[in-house]
Amino acid sequence: MELTGAEILVRSLKEEGVTHLFGYPGGAVLPIYDALYQQEDLKHILVRHEQAATHAADGYARSTGKAGVALVTSGPGATNAVTGIATAFMDSIPMIVITGQVPTNMIGNDAFQEVDSIGITRPCVKHNFLVKDVADLAKTIKKAFYIATTGRPGPVVIDLPKDVTVNKAEFNYPKEVSLRSYNPVVEGHIGQIKRAVTMMLSAKRPIFYTGGGVVLGRGAAELTALAQQLNYPVTNTLMGLGAYPATDKQFLGMLGMHGTYEANMTMHHCDVLIAIGARFDDRVTGNIEKFCPHAKIIHVDIDPSSISKNVKVDVPIVGSVTNVLQEMLAILKEGNKKPDEQALSEWWQQITEWRGVNCLKYDTESDKVKPQQVVEALYRETNGDAYVTSDVGQHQMWAAQYYKFDKPYRWINSGGLGTMGFGLPAAMGVQFAHPDATVACVTGEGSIQMCIQELSTCLQYGLPIKIIALNNRYLGMVRQWQEFFYDGRYAMSYMDALPDFVKLAESYGHVGMRIDNPADVDGAMEEAMKLKDRLVFMDFVTDQEENVYPMIPAGAGLNEMILV
Amino acid sequence: MENEAGALSRVAGLFSARGYNIESLTVAPTEDPSLSRMTVVTSGSEEIIEQITKQLNKLIDVVKLVNLSEDKHIEREMALIKVKAVGEAREEYKRLADIFNGRIIDVTEASYTIELTDSGEKIVEFIAAIKADQIIEIVRSGVSGIARGEKSLHS
Repeated sequence: MELTGAEILVRSLKEEGVTHLFGYPGGAVLPIYDALYQQEDLKHILVRHEQAATHAADGYARSTGKAGVALVTSGPGATNAVTGIATAFMDSIPMIVITGQVPTNMIGNDAFQEVDSIGITRPCVKHNFLVKDVADLAKTIKKAFYIATTGRPGPVVIDLPKDVTVNKAEFNYPKEVSLRSYNPVVEGHIGQIKRAVTMMLSAKRPIFYTGGGVVLGRGAAELTALAQQLNYPVTNTLMGLGAYPATDKQFLGMLGMHGTYEANMTMHHCDVLIAIGARFDDRVTGNIEKFCPHAKIIHVDIDPSSISKNVKVDVPIVGSVTNVLQEMLAILKEGNKKPDEQALSEWWQQITEWRGVNCLKYDTESDKVKPQQVVEALYRETNGDAYVTSDVGQHQMWAAQYYKFDKPYRWINSGGLGTMGFGLPAAMGVQFAHPDATVACVTGEGSIQMCIQELSTCLQYGLPIKIIALNNRYLGMVRQWQEFFYDGRYAMSYMDALPDFVKLAESYGHVGMRIDNPADVDGAMEEAMKLKDRLVFMDFVTDQEENVYPMIPAGAGLNEMILV
Repeated sequence: MENEAGALSRVAGLFSARGYNIESLTVAPTEDPSLSRMTVVTSGSEEIIEQITKQLNKLIDVVKLVNLSEDKHIEREMALIKVKAVGEAREEYKRLADIFNGRIIDVTEASYTIELTDSGEKIVEFIAAIKADQIIEIVRSGVSGIARGEKSLHS
């Protein structure tokens, strides 16, 4: 039977196991919305801005490992989605974005709501497709999902001209897809893996440095097994939090610009660095010239272009994290090999000393609400088991430092692109994926205002998200840099005329709370969490000039941290 | 690479987005009409060339990539050079074209158009042999390259 392009799209998405579609209608996608209207399996969530559609799809993907899907119209619909696409691209998140397009015969004519979506998104997608013939639609969707979810994942855009969604074709969803030009390497080179194991075992001062690739590659269990078998210390990047249980004694915390003293010092002094699914980002390495001066480096990554991009490595291994870690475990078992116990014991002694600095201490006697205190209260009240999304800035770093993630897929933040406005719509996607879970959005008064309109979406769908706003009346991270590096000239980092967030939340039909006394933090958190079916906007009026410590200033090495 | 609309702009976009140099770029369909072959001439340190190679390989449309300069290969470029040709210069350009194995393919009372196919280097030499103020116009095709011997992109 022949189906319209719109019907083929809907059927294909179902074939891919898609359950939720985050979107916003418009002229070019009307036929698709008409097809969605006539079915019930695929749930469409109406957001209030296309940026939020992409962030919600992204949050869905980050908390499930499945591809998130967004649907937007042509022109401004597509351009509004670009921030969310770029956010997903930088963090390698599998996502499909369907953009409407003007009819094929009008492309290039400056038609109403026409934009070159393929051209605009090209640099921030893993791949994109313009479908010109309805007969190609089903196989293009199949390819798009395959590309988005395999290898190093990423967003894929499908641009659909309106006539293609109206025209008819036979629907046969392909069972398989093969692309002659795309065959990601999954199995690591066994010789290289053996070399890596030998190098690991020869280490006197080893460390695992592990990133988002371990989460995305579903390798958390293997990483934990390997690290625990060897008794080596582990540090996670911002994107990798949850890949290794944060409450485990071998975990040193996050590394990098706002990483812990013990993680950064252990990195700096290590002799063998085992990097897994991490990409040596500038926020992690600090000054490249001073990075891990004594280390031999092993690097496991599914993307060859991540290897030796910023830092030259000694043993590169291209492959899926899970596959390579399993091979490593097998080799260890087979050879019954043990690390150098004596050296390791000395290394741990040194690490314990660094830990003694207690770099995350803060003033717990203050008469002001401390942001760190709020995150700790959230952690306790949710038993460390919530899905936590964040926006970007100081609150993001405090959430990363003080919420101890024991499981992967729980920490949802825009690490690479650093997109303010990400937190709330991402939390919506997470809540749809996990309707019974506690979802908290740690944000600031600056970031939350970038997608505040989504409070309306949350009401429409009854999403009981807990918004934890650390409100210091400043764009805090900007202010912190201005304090440190611009002699305290706070150019445009103070926000005058903030809304009353309690009333704002109430006007959107939610519960609002303002907390300005440190003694009330725990009680308020408990009260909010009891409101299981309501969105609660908690406006924490925090210490205005609190800074994120430790901090590695630009140009410094990992051993040159500013402590409190 | 796949002979598809947009494939060329993915490559060009990659070079500009990542700040790599493109000295020349040629592209045309191959014996298999679903495939295009592109020759890109670029420059950079060993690390940069390694990154360019990896990044190009990552493009979904790129089927196979070979660094020709790592092995014996042939480069050819075509140039069309239009020069002022009056009086004694007419004989001189004729001789120059012969020396470089070029051909005069268009003649007017006051000009010659010379076709020259050779390595990029030879073309530069030829152009240098002509006085700058005698050149009316030059068009160069960019370099195409192929491995020497039986080796090919398929092997």
